[in-house]
Amino acid sequence: MDRLLDFVAVFGGVLILLVLLSLRRAHIRVEYSVSWLAAAFVLIVISRFKRGIQEASEFLGIDYPPLALLLIVLSVFLVVFFRFSMIISKLKDSNIALAQRVAILEFELRSGAQPTVASGRQVDPGAEL
Amino acid sequence: MKQRPKPGALLVVVPAYNEQAAIGNVVREIHEVMPSVPVLVIDDCSVDSTRTTAANAGAYVLSLPHHLGLGGCVQAGYMLAFELGYDYVIRVDGDGQHDPRYIPKLYEALRTSGCEMVIGSRFAAGNGQPTSFARGIGIRFFRTVLRPILGKSVYDPTSGFVGVNRQALAVFSKSFPLEYPEIEALVVLQRRAFSFVEIPCEMRPRHGGRSTITAWKSLYYIIHVLLGVFVNILKFEHRKWRR
Repeated sequence: MDRLLDFVAVFGGVLILLVLLSLRRAHIRVEYSVSWLAAAFVLIVISRFKRGIQEASEFLGIDYPPLALLLIVLSVFLVVFFRFSMIISKLKDSNIALAQRVAILEFELRSGAQPTVASGRQVDPGAEL
Repeated sequence: MKQRPKPGALLVVVPAYNEQAAIGNVVREIHEVMPSVPVLVIDDCSVDSTRTTAANAGAYVLSLPHHLGLGGCVQAGYMLAFELGYDYVIRVDGDGQHDPRYIPKLYEALRTSGCEMVIGSRFAAGNGQPTSFARGIGIRFFRTVLRPILGKSVYDPTSGFVGVNRQALAVFSKSFPLEYPEIEALVVLQRRAFSFVEIPCEMRPRHGGRSTITAWKSLYYIIHVLLGVFVNILKFEHRKWRR
């Protein structure tokens, strides 16, 4: 159990290091690094509370405390994955809206159709902005 | 399309993905039936010659920069139609299954029925048409599911041969289901207290290309659509639209 807890602490530390390095190289944006940094921090905190894990395993009815630890770690990452699924969904929506807008603008340029605005009113080219 | 359309103007939109074998005939048939109505083919980034075939047949072509799927493709057409000022839009699939001879009936129903949406239905008025076994089961299943939600029977909930007026266009240009949109679109309209009517019409076998719903995708289709239906029911954000 102690070795597993040390491994989780080291893993948390490595994860923090990896995220910070990625941030420095601009491989990950700050807003998306927060979830990973928080998850790594939670892992380190959990790994330092052996008694808490034993109590959690008793509460959950798990005879083998390392299994409770793995369950907690898995839960932490599931929360992170869920957050990223939300972000991906939002990005997909933005991507679709962008593709549709590009297609419409290209259509208007090619066909010479009157430019439009999102409200549905046509833009008078001579009008003042 | 260079001029703003007249009041009551109709635009026919044709979503198409790799439909080079059928799209030319579809556009020509629409022009034969409705010579003065513009036809807009929305090319969902086809890898064949759908785009040029449609343009050569006399259609306007809206080319998406990458593949969005049916819902995103149709919504792009609705957005353009709404922004250009069209009052009515009828969607005809690019595979040739929808008979353009029924477009005038749908257009007439759109103008006179007071409904926001009209559906070209294979099964309305008991004119049942043969369809695949799996699709037949799916249609019956969704009829049963939708009956209490919509408050009325819908005989052909998977029909893509639909017409919408400007009110529905305003909604769909902002919010439209992205995958398998037909059934979810009905629920989207119901949430806004909009109404629909089914117009009996015949459908034909595909002229070419392949259906997007294969046997293996049927189960995924049912789960996806069911989830979409119930998510739309649970949405409260659009209550301001309700009458």
